[in-house]
Amino acid sequence: MKFGILISEGPYTHQASDTAFHFVSAALAAGHEVPRVFFYHDGVNVGTRLSIPPQDERNIQQQWTTLAAEHKIDLVICIAAAQRRGLLDQNEADRQGKDASNIAEGFRISGLGQLIEMGIETDRLMTFGD
Amino acid sequence: MTDGVKKFLYVNRKAPYGTIYALESLEVVLIGAAFDLDVSLAFLDDGVFQLVKSQDTKEIGVKNFSPTFRALGDYEVTKLYVEKESLAERGLTAEDLQEITYEDEDDDYAEKPSLIFVSRAEMADVMGDQDVVLSF
Amino acid sequence: MATLHTVNKSPFATQALLSCLGHAKAGDTVLMIEDGVYGGASGTGLAEAVAGLGGAVTLAVLEPDMKARGIAASRLMDGVKTVDYAGFVELAASHDRTQAWL
Repeated sequence: MKFGILISEGPYTHQASDTAFHFVSAALAAGHEVPRVFFYHDGVNVGTRLSIPPQDERNIQQQWTTLAAEHKIDLVICIAAAQRRGLLDQNEADRQGKDASNIAEGFRISGLGQLIEMGIETDRLMTFGD
Repeated sequence: MTDGVKKFLYVNRKAPYGTIYALESLEVVLIGAAFDLDVSLAFLDDGVFQLVKSQDTKEIGVKNFSPTFRALGDYEVTKLYVEKESLAERGLTAEDLQEITYEDEDDDYAEKPSLIFVSRAEMADVMGDQDVVLSF
Repeated sequence: MATLHTVNKSPFATQALLSCLGHAKAGDTVLMIEDGVYGGASGTGLAEAVAGLGGAVTLAVLEPDMKARGIAASRLMDGVKTVDYAGFVELAASHDRTQAWL
C-alpha cells in the first residue's frame, strides 16, 4: 500500500514530525511504500540544514534525510509556507536576492500541487500536525 | 471513488487569525481546485468562526482572507458544509455568516447557496464518504 | 467503509477528542496519540464521557506515547486497545481513510 504523509508542525516544539517519522519507518518495515512526505505550515522548518540540536538529542532533519536516501522518499517543502518562514533553496535565494539558502540535503521546495497530487496518487493520506 | 475522481474533504476546525491554519488551508483549497477532484469543505467546532461576516482585520495588521470564501464558486468549489450544532454552541446562526453562492452552469448560471447546513450526524456522514480527508 | 481517527491532544486541553467521538461512526477506530493518550485513562473526570461517546467505536492508544508519559496499561479504561507504531500502520491500512483531529 502507498502512504502519503503530510507534516504540518515544526520540529522540536511539536511531536508531529517525530510521530510521522516513526510511522513512516514502521510502514516501510512492513513492506509499504511511502513515495512522498509533504511539509506544510511550520512543518517546513524540518528541512533547514542549519539546525544544531544538542548531541544527546535526535536530529530530526538528519533522520529524514537519511531515511529518504535509503528509501527514495520525495521530501517536499511547500514553497508558499517556506517563503513565509525563511526556508530557501539556492535557486529561490538567487531569485529573491537573498544572501543564503538553508534547505537540507534530500529536501526540495515545490508547490502545494504536490500535496494534492500525493493525495490522488497514494492509497492513504496521513496528517501529522497539532 | 466515483468515475476515478477522488473525493477530497478539507476539514476546518480552527478559528481564523489566532493561528495561520485557516488561511493556509484555504490556500490548499485554491491550488487543489486546478485538479480533477470532487471537493467539499467542512466547517465545524471553531472552524465556523472563519465564515462569520463583517471581519475587519485592519487594526491587527493581518490580511482579511474571509472575502476569498465568496470567490470559491469561481473555482468550482461549491460544497461548504457547516455544522449546525457547532454554530449553536457558539451562539451563532446562519444570519451571522457571510452569504456564499456559486453560479450553477448546469442550470443557466442560476445563483445558488454554497453553504450547506448539516447536523452533526450528517457531518459524520459527509466525513465518512471521502477518499481523502485533509485537516489543518 | 471505516475511518481511522487520530487525536493528538489531551482532552483536558481541547475538545478534539470529544468532537471526534461525536463524529465517529460505528466500526471506526479512534487512535489516541501524543498528548491524546491521556484520553484513554480511567478514573478521570472525562472517562465517563469518553466511554459513553465511544460506545460503537474501537478506542486505542499508541503505546510508545503512553509509556513516555508514565501511563501504565492498567490505568487504561476497559476496552481500550494499545498499539505500537507497526499497529498504527496496520490500522491505517485496514481502514478506508484516516482523519486527523488536529
